[in-house]
Amino acid sequence: MLRPLIIIRRIPNIDFMGLHKLGFAFSALLTIGSIVLFLTQGLNFGIDFSGGTLIEVRTQGPADLATMRATLNDLGLGAVSLQGFGAPNEVLIRVARQPGSDQAQMQAVAKLKAALGSGVEYRRTEVVGPTVGGELIQAGVIATVLALFAIAAYVWLRFEWPYGVGAMLSTLHDTITTVGLFSLLQIEFNLTTLAAILTIAGYSVNDTVVIYDRVRETTRKYKTMEFRALINKSLNETLSRTILTVSTTALAVLSLLIFGGEVLRGFSIAMLWGIVVGTYSSLFIAAPVLYYVRPRRASRAKGVEETPAQTGQAS
Amino acid sequence: MLYFPKWLVALILGICALGVVLTVPNLFSAQTVERWPNLLPKKQVSLGLDLRGGSYLLYEVDMRSVLTERLGNVLDGLRNEFRTARIGYTGLNAEHGQIGFALREPERMEEVRGLVRKVDPDLDMTAGADGAVTLKFNEVALQRVEQQIVEQSIEIVRRRIDETGTKEPTIQREGENRIVLELPGVENPEFVKRILGKTAKMTFQLVDESASSAAGHVPPGDVALPIKDGHAPPGATIVVQKRVLVSGETLTDAQATFDQYGAPAVNFKFDAAGARRFGDATKANVGKRFAIVLDNAVISAPVIREPILGGQGIITGSFTTDSANDLALQLRAGALPAPLVPLEERTVGPDLGADSIHAGALASIVGVILVVVFMIVFYGLFGIFANIALFFNLCLMMASLSVLGATLTLPGIAGIALTLGMAVDANVLIYERIREELRGGRSVISSLQAGFERAFGTIFDSHLTTLVAGFLMFFLGSGPVKGFAVTLSIGVVTSLFSAILVTRLQVVTWLRRTKPKAIPI
Repeated sequence: MLRPLIIIRRIPNIDFMGLHKLGFAFSALLTIGSIVLFLTQGLNFGIDFSGGTLIEVRTQGPADLATMRATLNDLGLGAVSLQGFGAPNEVLIRVARQPGSDQAQMQAVAKLKAALGSGVEYRRTEVVGPTVGGELIQAGVIATVLALFAIAAYVWLRFEWPYGVGAMLSTLHDTITTVGLFSLLQIEFNLTTLAAILTIAGYSVNDTVVIYDRVRETTRKYKTMEFRALINKSLNETLSRTILTVSTTALAVLSLLIFGGEVLRGFSIAMLWGIVVGTYSSLFIAAPVLYYVRPRRASRAKGVEETPAQTGQAS
Repeated sequence: MLYFPKWLVALILGICALGVVLTVPNLFSAQTVERWPNLLPKKQVSLGLDLRGGSYLLYEVDMRSVLTERLGNVLDGLRNEFRTARIGYTGLNAEHGQIGFALREPERMEEVRGLVRKVDPDLDMTAGADGAVTLKFNEVALQRVEQQIVEQSIEIVRRRIDETGTKEPTIQREGENRIVLELPGVENPEFVKRILGKTAKMTFQLVDESASSAAGHVPPGDVALPIKDGHAPPGATIVVQKRVLVSGETLTDAQATFDQYGAPAVNFKFDAAGARRFGDATKANVGKRFAIVLDNAVISAPVIREPILGGQGIITGSFTTDSANDLALQLRAGALPAPLVPLEERTVGPDLGADSIHAGALASIVGVILVVVFMIVFYGLFGIFANIALFFNLCLMMASLSVLGATLTLPGIAGIALTLGMAVDANVLIYERIREELRGGRSVISSLQAGFERAFGTIFDSHLTTLVAGFLMFFLGSGPVKGFAVTLSIGVVTSLFSAILVTRLQVVTWLRRTKPKAIPI
């Protein structure tokens, strides 16, 4: 019979609460740093949001970037940026948003294609006018903010408001620091990245919920246990699961990062970061926050809530 | 928890089998599946444009120009009515979407109100005591017009696209006044953009020979239009009568052809009514010139040598073979009621699409293998149970995507890979719980029981929060984000089923068969 590998044979006894102030300080630093980076350096918005033109071409033989750059910069379309993309014969050409109407963008593409001629293969052409770009930003911000509130509201409903506060804080932390990472590394921020951020929000709270579930259960079981010890106990008991889940998800994302191609790179980086930081925030923000915004102890809220186990008995 | 009634076992096995069966068509090429008997499932996951290659174009129907045109007509109408009724006015103009003027005799306001209604019943009129009048289109009417124009535009776009022979185009309205075109397999959408770039409103109007546009004075009832026949110098205009002899709506056919000198030209045919009107008009005006007006420019102004009674004609001018073809197509499909403004274009070549499929598939397969190995290493036999559940989960995802007709995009593939990683989380939660209960000194059965039971609430909550994010992405996101949201949401639901029911069924069956003293977990 197959023998499973058990990494954590006994429940560990790590003093997470002893580290929580350090964690708070570190997170505050990360969050403030991210905000500062966002305000000073900004994001490298892809054309989805900023508008403009992107053309991916494949040349016959290795691309001569210098010559291409010279030709394209003479078109009077403003700065044209060229960059190798994966293989040596693949080039990504980016042209900033043209001043003027939506139509001006389309004319820019026509000019570019005329200048590049028919010797290259057009793998991808994307043109986004200013109208759509603005709307996409708006929809993206709305989606993220709504996601944060929806998640907090859900946790509040299923648990109690202090849990909602903790979930919201840790999710906010994960979202902000992901944006910070994109600002720091200047990785292109586009629609797919946005999807990654929303998924991170979902994943991070997923992790938090598992821990909260245990905190609630422990609270009911040990009515007199000191709250600090109670959180520590819950975190330690779920630690094995936390590590295993992070690992499987990280494996899937790593595979995306390595094999998923250039288009998914930004997405995979965001997700990988999100998984790590989401797990960290569940342990060092979401859980310790409960210490400060205490949920009611079971002794005072006797019989108010049903246990998760009872919900499960329906099947 | 450990008891499965027969019907539930049947249901679980049934769903799993259905998942596998509905996934099968995706393993074959579309052509092969096409030939299968109709009894077999044939639906495949439809690939997004980023995977199969093609063009996505987003247009906005330019309502402003429609409004401007309509206001222009109202101005003309009012001038005529006021002249016949001998009503004095000053400062008649159209600005910011409304018309303003002042009456010389404010006491004739009621009479004016009647005339305004006659010219355009959709106008709201506000009048001051001093005789100042402003006219505005009423909101309800405007919305109705917009609705109509957008629908008409979609119809015309569809006809024009159909004329080009593009296969499986999707043409849809988006939001208030936008049109989305999805053209699979179209690698270079320039020709599509060209044929949608013109409204192609064509009219035949008489040239007013008595007026010279050079003099700068255009008589009432006439209009000076630019000449674009390829010979006239840029900026040249010609004065034509505003009255339309025949309009392009009466055309039944148009074809690109060549004139007697071998230059590209467009051949057209009127319907019966149009032919009669054109015949009458040409009979009455032999020796004069008529202008062929296309989108407010004169493309040709030939002299009428004899009445044209056959209902056919030929337009010569400065055509190239391409532009003659385009115009013929546009005339056949009909004029767009309003210009279309391009907002967004995304084109993916077939090679990149194929590369993306490969990359996505490779990443998913490697991801699955890593997860599978991981689960076996850490949970042994129970890891295998989880992997079998994972397999059915994958099938159910593909089956759902096929049946729902959802579109699979590259981010969608990322969603699949990611959900597979997250799907085993449910199993991890259950198994860890079982381990804990065992450690706590419970018996085999009771530990299993408690493990499944207690983990359920947690799994349910954690899945639901991911679903919340998925729904938000679906409703607020566009394009790639939507594709991701679809697979993520479907994956969350199927993994709930497979991790809880499929895994449990396996564990219970194993328990019954082997009656183990200890659990290898």
